[in-house]
Amino acid sequence: MNKRDWRPYKTKMSRTILVNLARFIVLVFMQVFLLKNITFYNLATPYFYILFILLLPFEVPNPLLFVLAFVTGLCIDAFYDTPGLHAAACVVLALVRVLFISITVQKDGFDNEPEPTLSIMGFRWFFTYVLILTLFHHFFLLNLEVFSFSEIQYTLSRVVLSSLFTVFLILISGLLFFRRKERK
Amino acid sequence: MRNLWIFITKYNAFFLFLIFEISSLLIYIKYNSFQKASFINSTSKVTGTLYSQVDALKEYLSLKETNDSLARENAKLRGQLKVSMYVDSVEKHKVNDTVYKQQYSYIVAKVINNSFNKRSNYITINRGSRDGIQKDMGVITGAGVVGQVIDVTDHLAIIQSVLHKNTRFSAMLASTKDIGSFVWGNDLDPHRGVLIDIQNNAQPKIGETVVTSGYSLFPTGIPFGKITNLHAKGGGLLINVEVALAVDFTKLQYVYVVNNKFAGEQTGLEAVQNKNE
Repeated sequence: MNKRDWRPYKTKMSRTILVNLARFIVLVFMQVFLLKNITFYNLATPYFYILFILLLPFEVPNPLLFVLAFVTGLCIDAFYDTPGLHAAACVVLALVRVLFISITVQKDGFDNEPEPTLSIMGFRWFFTYVLILTLFHHFFLLNLEVFSFSEIQYTLSRVVLSSLFTVFLILISGLLFFRRKERK
Repeated sequence: MRNLWIFITKYNAFFLFLIFEISSLLIYIKYNSFQKASFINSTSKVTGTLYSQVDALKEYLSLKETNDSLARENAKLRGQLKVSMYVDSVEKHKVNDTVYKQQYSYIVAKVINNSFNKRSNYITINRGSRDGIQKDMGVITGAGVVGQVIDVTDHLAIIQSVLHKNTRFSAMLASTKDIGSFVWGNDLDPHRGVLIDIQNNAQPKIGETVVTSGYSLFPTGIPFGKITNLHAKGGGLLINVEVALAVDFTKLQYVYVVNNKFAGEQTGLEAVQNKNE
């Protein structure tokens, strides 16, 4: 890499880090102080903070991705008084993310598509991505929390309804921060 | 060796997953008994301070309801004063106050963190061991039973609320004194609990109050709630009934921690007895 290319690359990189850091703080605060108190009929509880892991750039190396997922989970756990619970669910989420992206996205187009957002990837891809990952995360989270098969029916309905709620919030946030495609 | 390395790098996501998943599950299972979780929970310095600051804001939103409940409680307490009693027997004059020794005292605390929509719910309060709170003390409000203290730091304490899968308190029917156990139901409803294992010769009635029995951490007669359904599922030979909780856990503001002055004496005595058997 010559000197001319080096500079824009570096600034772009630090910008990505800043944006993700800000997103992390905002999402954790929102989850802990606002969404924690929201629940519909004791069934649907949103876990909106997973958006942070969903929106990490494609280029994030796997080790970093897993560390970030683990740390995010622990942060939420610290406020929810459930050490390890959200961390475990987030690590599952990271694995599903890696698998899903390796199946559906070609590795060549990364220069133009740094992040898996709604505006860049289009509605259909983004919706399936969010839906599948959220379902996995919620399934593990809620089953691990209850930790018994005797209430499986009730837990499953909680998983489905909570996932719908979370997906709804994520799609709305995607539309809020929608930016028109910048094709070169 | 080289092939092994290639194998590991090719499937690195899976191996990373294994490492992190196992470590988080270890944390989860190890600290599941909760009392040991001294570093990742809401009594820790950072999360504790944050919660109390946000709570100071939220306090304003429910100022009116808090005032109402405090006023109601004042009225009730005023009713219990000696001056508001009519002495209808001569005997009462002879009772000397020094005969009574105070058994229960109460410590007021403010709720700074509360949850009610999980399978196991905990409440954090702004009083700790410096204010005289110890592990295993009972917690009530003016309306009824709230839970039990399970973890204390210098300035904060955590309460395992009635809305917890492991909570089990000794309770009885107010009128007939039939003993049972009070637990939370399986459907995560923060307004309903279940009174289980009542002897089947008892005849509970709808609308009857369920109160604490003398065997628990609480003074006798603190209400849990009113019976709403006589035919809760399960039970078998014993009777289970559904109870509408007296305390609204979604709007907890202030609680009282019950200090039973004889608790240490009682458990010490019973421990000796158990050892002898």
